[in-house]
Amino acid sequence: MKDAAAIVGIAQSEYTKWGGLTRCTEYQLALETIVKAVEDAGLTVDDLDGFASFSNDRNEAAFVATDLGVPELRYAGMTWIVGGGGACAAVAEAAMAIATGMASCVVVYRSIAMGQFQRFGRALAGDVAGGRPLDAALGFALPFGLVNATVGMALLVRRHMHLYGTTREQLGHVAVTFRRHANRNPAAVMHGRPMTLADHAAARPIVEPFGLLDCCLETDGADALVLVAPERARDCRHRPVWVMAAAEGSGPRFGCGAWAMHYMPEEDYATGNTERLAATLYRTAGIRPADVDCAQLYDHYTGMLLLQLEDLGFCKRGEGGPFAASGALAWPDGALPTNTAGGSLSEAYIHGLNHVVEGVKQLRGTAVSQVPGAEICLVASGSGIPTSALLLRR
Amino acid sequence: MTRTPYLPPTMPFPAVTEDTRPFWDACRRRELVVQRCSGCGSFRHPPAPVCWRCRSFAHEWTAVSGRGSVFTHAVVHRAPLPALEAAVPFTVVVVGLDDAPGVRLVSNLVDAEPGELRVGLPVEVLFEEMSPEVTVPRFRVRRA
Repeated sequence: MKDAAAIVGIAQSEYTKWGGLTRCTEYQLALETIVKAVEDAGLTVDDLDGFASFSNDRNEAAFVATDLGVPELRYAGMTWIVGGGGACAAVAEAAMAIATGMASCVVVYRSIAMGQFQRFGRALAGDVAGGRPLDAALGFALPFGLVNATVGMALLVRRHMHLYGTTREQLGHVAVTFRRHANRNPAAVMHGRPMTLADHAAARPIVEPFGLLDCCLETDGADALVLVAPERARDCRHRPVWVMAAAEGSGPRFGCGAWAMHYMPEEDYATGNTERLAATLYRTAGIRPADVDCAQLYDHYTGMLLLQLEDLGFCKRGEGGPFAASGALAWPDGALPTNTAGGSLSEAYIHGLNHVVEGVKQLRGTAVSQVPGAEICLVASGSGIPTSALLLRR
Repeated sequence: MTRTPYLPPTMPFPAVTEDTRPFWDACRRRELVVQRCSGCGSFRHPPAPVCWRCRSFAHEWTAVSGRGSVFTHAVVHRAPLPALEAAVPFTVVVVGLDDAPGVRLVSNLVDAEPGELRVGLPVEVLFEEMSPEVTVPRFRVRRA
C-alpha cells in the first residue's frame, strides 16, 4: 500500500452556507467538481475508470459514470465506514483499487447540498421501524433525544472534561484558531467573519458543553480528488502527492459511533476512536508524530478535535486542551499547524473531504496558508465513530 | 422541575425487533432487564443475538434494580426536532448500571436541580409511557 498511488488532481466547488447553492443541483455540483479534478490532473474523463465515495453519497457512481460518458467503469466503491469517518477511507479504497489493478484512475468525491436535502444539525431520523441492526440500536437513542451527532459528541467531550479538566476556554482556542485560518482563505464560508474567544464564550448554547461556535458549519459544496498509479503520476500536471499510509476501522464496541451508541469500553470512551489507526499509520509509513509537518483533523466539534489530537500522539492523553490553548494548532508558527484552510468549523462541511484537499495543497506548496517546507501531512476523518486516516507526503 | 413525560410522546419511537422485544416488553411491566450470556455470564447492552465476549448465542434476560450512576451527560438547548421545541432544555445522560457491570444505557435525567448534574451522580430508574405500546426507562436522582 505504501506509495502505491498518488493524488494528482483536486477540485473544490464554491462553498456556501446551507441553502446557498441555487444555481444547480447537488448532482450537477458533483459532476462539475469531478470534471474539474480530472482537468486539474491534466487528464480527461476518458481516463477515469473508478469512483469512490462515502456516507451513502446520493450521487451514485453508476449515474455519474453514465452521464459523464466514462468509457468503461471498472471500480465503484462505497465504504461502510460511517458518515464523515469515511472520507480518508474513500481515498484509501481508491488507492487499493489502483494498487490491485482493479482500476487505473479513480476519482474520490462527495457532494452535499444540505439546503436541497437535509441539514445535518437536525434530527437524523424519525420513527424507526426496520429490522436492521441500526434500527434496533437507534431505539435506545432516539426516544431519549440522542438524535444527532451534536448530542452524542457532547456526551464524549463532557466525559473528557470530567476526566482531564478540559475547559470551555480550551475548546474556544480551537474555534478561534481555525476561524483565523478561514479568514485568510477566500473560499471559506467564514472568510471575512472574525471570531474572538469572547465571541466563543458568549455564543448561545446548543448542546452543553457545546455552544454554537463549537459546532461545524452546515454548508453546500463538493470536493473531488483523482488518484493514479505511480508511473502515471509523474506525467501529470502537478507534483504528485503520495498516499504514504492509510488506515480505516474502529476500536471495539463503537457500533455506528457516538451519535447513537455509547457502549465502547470505558478506556476508549473519551477518545476519538483514532488511536489504533494512528499506530497502523505510523508503522506503515515508518515515521513518528514529530515527523508530521501539518495536520488536517476532523473538527465536527471543537472538543472532538482535542480527543483526536491525543489519539494521534501529538500530545498525551488528556492534554489536548492545553495543547490547543498553547497555540500549537495555529498557522504559521504553531508546533502543528492544523486545519489550515479553516476546517469544518470555518471553511465548509464537505464531510472531511475538504481536509484531504487542503492536505494535498500543503504538499503541492499551493495552500493559501502554506506551511513552509511541508513534506508530510496527516489527515484524519470523523472521530467518535468508525473512521479512517491518511499520511500524505510530497 | 419534573415534567411528565419528560420528553413528548411525539418523539421517535424505538424500533422493536426480535432482539430488542424482551427489553421493551419488560419496560411496559415497569421492569428493567438486561441480556445476560448463558455461556460466560456477562451482561450486554444493547441487545444482540450473540455475546461479544465469548460468542455464545445462548442468553437469558435478567431483571436489574435500575440503580446506577451518571457516566456522562449533555444538556440540549437547541431543539433538533420540532417535537422537542417545548421540551428544551433537557438532559441526556449515559447511566452505568450498578448491578450489571459494564452496561450503560442512554436515557434522560428527569429531575436534576440546576448545578446538581455531574458525573458520578447516583440515579435510579423510572418508567414513562409514550403510548399504550411503548414505555421507556428514564432516571431520577437517587436521594438519601
